Amino acid sequence: MIPELGHFALILALLVALAQGTLPLAGAALGESRLMELARPAARAQFLLVVVAFACLAASFIGNDFSVQNVATNSNSELPVYYRFAATWGSHEGSLLLWTLMLAGWTFAVSVFSRHLPPILLARVIAVMGLVSVGFLAFLLFTSNPFERLLPAAAEGRDLNPLLQDPGMVIHPPMLYMGYVGFSVAFAFAIAALLGGRLDATWARWSRPWTTVAWSFLTIGIALGSGWAYYTLGWGGWWFWDPVENASFMPWLTGTALIHSLAVTEKRGAFKSWTVLLAIVAFSLSLLGTFLVRSGVLTSVHAFATDPTRGVFILAFLAIVIGGSLILFAYRAGKVGLGGNFATVSRESMLLANNILLVVALASVMLGTLYPLFLDALHLDKISVGPPYFDAVFYPLMAPALFLMGVGPVARWSHAALPELWTRLKWALGVAIVSALVLPFVLGRWTPLISVGLFFAFWIFASTVETLRARLAGSTHRGLMAKLTANSPSYYGMLVAHVGIGVFVIGVTLVKAYEIERDVRLAPGESVAVGRYDVRFLGVVPGPGPNYRALTGTLELREDGRLLETLKPEKRIYNASGQTMTIAAIDVGLLGDRYISLGEPVGGDNDIGGAWAVRIYIKPFIDWIWAGAFLMALGGFLAVSDRRYRLAVRRKAAAAWDRLRSGAPAD
Amino acid sequence: MKPRTRRLGWIVGGLTALAVAATLVLNAFRSNLVFFFTPTQVAAHEAPQGRPFRIGGLVEAGSLAREPNSLTVRFRVTDTAQTIPVAYTGLLPDLFREGKGVVAQGTLAADGTFHASEVLAKHDENYMPPAAADAVKKAHEAMSTKTLVTGGGAGK
Repeated sequence: MIPELGHFALILALLVALAQGTLPLAGAALGESRLMELARPAARAQFLLVVVAFACLAASFIGNDFSVQNVATNSNSELPVYYRFAATWGSHEGSLLLWTLMLAGWTFAVSVFSRHLPPILLARVIAVMGLVSVGFLAFLLFTSNPFERLLPAAAEGRDLNPLLQDPGMVIHPPMLYMGYVGFSVAFAFAIAALLGGRLDATWARWSRPWTTVAWSFLTIGIALGSGWAYYTLGWGGWWFWDPVENASFMPWLTGTALIHSLAVTEKRGAFKSWTVLLAIVAFSLSLLGTFLVRSGVLTSVHAFATDPTRGVFILAFLAIVIGGSLILFAYRAGKVGLGGNFATVSRESMLLANNILLVVALASVMLGTLYPLFLDALHLDKISVGPPYFDAVFYPLMAPALFLMGVGPVARWSHAALPELWTRLKWALGVAIVSALVLPFVLGRWTPLISVGLFFAFWIFASTVETLRARLAGSTHRGLMAKLTANSPSYYGMLVAHVGIGVFVIGVTLVKAYEIERDVRLAPGESVAVGRYDVRFLGVVPGPGPNYRALTGTLELREDGRLLETLKPEKRIYNASGQTMTIAAIDVGLLGDRYISLGEPVGGDNDIGGAWAVRIYIKPFIDWIWAGAFLMALGGFLAVSDRRYRLAVRRKAAAAWDRLRSGAPAD
Repeated sequence: MKPRTRRLGWIVGGLTALAVAATLVLNAFRSNLVFFFTPTQVAAHEAPQGRPFRIGGLVEAGSLAREPNSLTVRFRVTDTAQTIPVAYTGLLPDLFREGKGVVAQGTLAADGTFHASEVLAKHDENYMPPAAADAVKKAHEAMSTKTLVTGGGAGK
């Protein structure tokens, strides 16, 4: 009964989405305000229906209803209840339902928080999001119905992929999808602007907070995925330039360019067409990412789907969305206009350079990700493009962007004087150079690359301090607190996000430079010296788990004979699938991690009580990578807390205040 | 500077930057492509000597041998037609099994042993890496064409 209810809710949602996607657009074209007013209630009804559908699927998973195909394939009665809930989006069908839920949720949010939008713009925005939703609901219902029954019902489920039975994996997909789908709002705003032929600073101000929130969620989603790969795959790496990772990184690069371009459009009215194009590209890449991961064209842990009809459907959908919006852009971009002028040296020109660098980086990541797929699809050759390519291309492209990050916030809009920039930034340059040259010797070893990385990190820190110092010095307020609070949250958001990039750069540089990776054979009682540490292996013992058997190793980590930590890495063999999984034991520290994972028994007869292959990693400063990413996201959230995005709310409050003062009854 | 000269400057600068970036990207791309070869292709000396490439197929049942007191393992990768010996030092991935699909990246030594620097088998139990599956399929196809050709010849 419950699955049928969910199925029915999805069908109704599709019908509502069809109405939501067409009627308000027609209303906007005809100037018919009653049709336009349908947008908001339709968005809310659709959200409610999709929530019901999602709740039904979740209930089937939690209640172990193995007569539902999706549950039987992706869950198991032994699975702890929180993983049964998370299994709701562990499958292809479930994750698409999550996608649709997010889309309906974002549309609902737009309908709630955009009371001050002109009705015609709101109608168009919600209609465009409704059309996207039609695509996804149709995809779900016609190719990937999550409520499909299995007759006769299975006695037991086949289990959730053990790789996904992890707290990080519970929140990674929702965060990532919040980001992916969040770009649909920016996309809808862009399409609405093209349809209306009007794009001004107010438009940018409306569109900006949505984009920034989406970008922040995407940042967190990517960081969680990277952290998950670090501690569950047992390889100790944080980024592999795997196509699945690139699929999420490409919208992130575009989104980063977009939030900067939107800033220029809001403040200076420039980059208009460019901003619209970026919004279209960012969402198109989110769709492409979903396609890459969900259609089974990639060969990776994420590729569960292998049905070609789904691939064809998504390709067609992609062609319609991307092709349609680009054609619209080609026709209407001229009407939107380019925007204001600026000098060769100005904040605009630096943000333009930043955008170009990000887009070129995006193109290079795309080439490395898609080219092997094209060759394979055309049966020309089987090739793979490994991390060396991405490393060789990405870092040189990002270096100038990092340099500009120091200059941009200090430079004036419209026209900046080079001598002034030099006076203001020379000490920051000095700090960066000195840190880059001195720190490697404190840390132990020098290579040119370490200095380059540290230079950029400290350049960002020092120039951020200079930006803030100048801002405070120029403030007319008295007292430090007054001066600090006089600045807007969006200003601090920018500073925090930029510092986050600096922290990230330090993490990447130092872990690459100073990491120690050792694979060793250890018999019980044996020790091995790794870096400054002594690791003593005490042996492996078997033990039970909720839905797996565990082999737990015990290793003592010592520094100068002093016991720092006893680490217990695990090998898990899952009951339902028989799959093996490695759980690393990590001694986390501010200055670096000590990471140990188990390989396999390598003594005679594969005796688990004997010698084991053990992987011991020292990863200096690796947690700074994720700390940096979270700072970036925090900066994004801080920026949208800015009051100026809620001007209408304030105006309304002011109106209510006026009424109270004049003694009129409040409504 | 006149606006027109300045615009020209922007365009020339932009194009130069783009050309530099394109050269950089394409150079890195060319030198970092890793090609895939099946054991049959390797046996026919189609694979490059000294340059890293990937091979894929099945881990031959009963071929896994571990060297004592080290982490070096030896196994054979087969596409059912040809077999290539592989040596690897390090930890094998969780899903590495005899009889299952595997893809390895490394270089071919003069004695015909493939020295793997990386062994990839990161999929679930029932999953065969497409590259490995492809290798086995190609070998089967090649064998059936051969039988057809011989059969036709005998009939003449």
